Amino acid sequence: MHPDNIIEQIRERFPDEVTGSGSQFGQSWGVLKREKLEEICRFLKEDPDVRMDYLIDITAVDWLPKAGGAAPLPRFEVVYNMHSMLHGHRIRLKVPVEDDGDPWVPSVSGVWKTACWHERETFDLFGIIFRGNPDLRRILLPDDWEGYPLRKDYPVEGPEWSFKPWPE
Amino acid sequence: MPLTTKEITINMGPQHPSTHGVLRLVLELDGEVVVSCTPHIGYLHRGSEKLAEARTYQQIVPLTDRFDYLSCGNNNLGYAIAVEKLMGIEVPERADYLRVIVAELSRLSAHLLWLATHAADIGAVTVLLYCLREREEILNLFELLTGARLTVSYVNIGGVRRDATPEFFRRTKEFMAEMPKRIQEYNTLIMENRIWLGRTKGIGIISYEEAIDWGLTGGSLRGSGVNYDLRKVMPYAAYEKLKFEVPLGHVGDVYDRYIVRMEEMNQSIAMINQCMEDIPDGPYKADIPTVSLPPKDRVMQDIETLVHHFVLVSKGFPVRKGEIYAAAEVPKGELGFYIVSDGSEKPVRMKVRSPSFVNLSCLPRMVKGHMIADIVSCIGSIDIVLGEVDR
Repeated sequence: MHPDNIIEQIRERFPDEVTGSGSQFGQSWGVLKREKLEEICRFLKEDPDVRMDYLIDITAVDWLPKAGGAAPLPRFEVVYNMHSMLHGHRIRLKVPVEDDGDPWVPSVSGVWKTACWHERETFDLFGIIFRGNPDLRRILLPDDWEGYPLRKDYPVEGPEWSFKPWPE
Repeated sequence: MPLTTKEITINMGPQHPSTHGVLRLVLELDGEVVVSCTPHIGYLHRGSEKLAEARTYQQIVPLTDRFDYLSCGNNNLGYAIAVEKLMGIEVPERADYLRVIVAELSRLSAHLLWLATHAADIGAVTVLLYCLREREEILNLFELLTGARLTVSYVNIGGVRRDATPEFFRRTKEFMAEMPKRIQEYNTLIMENRIWLGRTKGIGIISYEEAIDWGLTGGSLRGSGVNYDLRKVMPYAAYEKLKFEVPLGHVGDVYDRYIVRMEEMNQSIAMINQCMEDIPDGPYKADIPTVSLPPKDRVMQDIETLVHHFVLVSKGFPVRKGEIYAAAEVPKGELGFYIVSDGSEKPVRMKVRSPSFVNLSCLPRMVKGHMIADIVSCIGSIDIVLGEVDR
């Protein structure tokens, strides 16, 4: 099935959930609301014509505007890339998330087992809460790390407290 | 007094020779049987994705070397095809063939080191010595081709960094003629060895459906019989024009994953031979002044070319607005790059989907219920490199 048709199918099944779609370089994506994400993913995985059985990765993008600019989108966008081993098609789902102190999306670790570590990584580096993930801990950084390094307001060279000069 | 048993928790790693780097496992044991296993990673986290956001597209190439430092050619290639798709660059045919040669040589060297350490972990130390002997020759070939032995940065956006010499082709041909015999030699050492069979058959079985659900890729996925190889599924570089087979396992145990990778080495040799037969003459990088560096001899002669070189290196080049996911089949599996560009010289976001990270997430499932000694063979069989797990 053509990836655009898969987005159409989601739109038919969940008419209020799809807020946009797009395509570039032959890769298609749909923009979804977060509330029914788990249900939609389950549909994508189990529907025999779609059968997205292989979740490639989960990540996020921080669209924090450069100094002074207005935010064109909600700040974060959680991105899901998936593939069907049976049919060989790929799509991408994007879920915009507002930075309101509790940026959350539902966890899909109940749908694909591989999702758990991807969600942990995104939580670790972006601070996005995956509600329902049974094991949402930091994964790459130490457990007591402060801040979320891949956010745009986190300096590349690290926060000041992380500089540990040699003792005199 | 009645005998009582209780579960104990022990720590394995991060400084443990069998964890192939700095992997730490916390094991709950009932006697010698693993009840649960919790991996702790991140000891080698260098923030490559964050660093990439502060670098121009050309400057990211050396960062990709450091993911899976055993197969740099493949990592460079995965990154280069992502950026090239984003920019719409056509790569000359000769560069495509050179890319495949360096990628398959990298795959051979990575698989040799995998076999060496995997076998040594289980107790067959002789194999290690044999494998490192051949790997050394591959590193010498890299040195001849690129000037570097390990972190080669050979594949660049728009082509490759320099052309191959006749000397390189001659020595590669010689080596490729020798290599199948060497692989046969490894097989005589372990393939039917009773200890090897006892330690690998029926251990860490992952079924077809489970392998997909866990997102495994590479030899770990194909060991479970799933026919998924990006070189066939979404061909890149010159793979479309090459004839090769995708070896598959049946049971999905440690032994099947071992057999799959051994056969992959033979396929790599076949591909390199085909490439050296078919490689056309022509340029080795795309002739796009905004992307490719000008020829070095001209840089030394006229000021305009020097300025051009300088601007390209110091400022980089803008990449059109958009986003792309592109992936390459590296020795460990699917190495994906999800790049988001806002039209500037630096990416907004570069997510690296590393195969080792995903394959490692399956380890607790694999070792559950097995003996503590089997953990070592399971870690060897998923073929992880911690540089890629932690990025």
